[in-house]
Amino acid sequence: MAVCVQTDDFDVAAETEKLIGARTDIGAVVTFTGRVREGEGDKRITSMTLEHYPDMTEAEMSRIEAEAHARWPLQATTLIHRVGELRPGEQIVLVIAASAHRQAAFEAAAFLMDFLKTRAPFWKKEMLLNGDSAWVDARETDDNAAGRWG
Amino acid sequence: MTAAPRNVRLLYFAWVREKIGRDAETVELPSDVVTVSDLVDWLEQRGPEYGEAFARRNVVRAAVDRTHVKPSALLGTAREVAFFPPVTGG
Repeated sequence: MAVCVQTDDFDVAAETEKLIGARTDIGAVVTFTGRVREGEGDKRITSMTLEHYPDMTEAEMSRIEAEAHARWPLQATTLIHRVGELRPGEQIVLVIAASAHRQAAFEAAAFLMDFLKTRAPFWKKEMLLNGDSAWVDARETDDNAAGRWG
Repeated sequence: MTAAPRNVRLLYFAWVREKIGRDAETVELPSDVVTVSDLVDWLEQRGPEYGEAFARRNVVRAAVDRTHVKPSALLGTAREVAFFPPVTGG
């Protein structure tokens, strides 16, 4: 189990290798990578800045990770979230869920992302092409997605 | 007999921080401030910037000692209370 908040980029293959290594009890590895979108229409961004609550963030991510391990038979998980200024196309979040079988890995990866989006204390501010900046509003669809896990 | 003063560290994030104009402060809580909601009521009387930050009260979220809580949560012996908008990571 590992959680990390960092400004640096991450390498999905290297993180997967670090998590799995020579283990032979893992039959399924699901990785999810979130990336910064440029936006569309008249709402294109030049960059976004991620703020977080340093003393709480990793503790909350660990709580989310522990909850996933309590719900599914997981062998190993990694959660990495970047902070600071990011540009369109850059990686922002990584979730790896490893299990003996695929169903637990798929479901746990979705659960981890749903709860990272609705519980982990991160806030995005977008810098728009026209020079304005704006805090991103929380999406009701994200709350609904987290709510489906009961 | 008077109760010992309760000093609490307050933290503000994202647009709550911008509206209040600072990211942290330490305050001494009056004895009648019992819940998170009471704390918001008390802060709102301290100046227009707080009124502005908490204008949409049901939107602003809180954490007590680094754990998410509801407005009805008791402050008890809390050392740190944070106020912030709904999170938008991921």
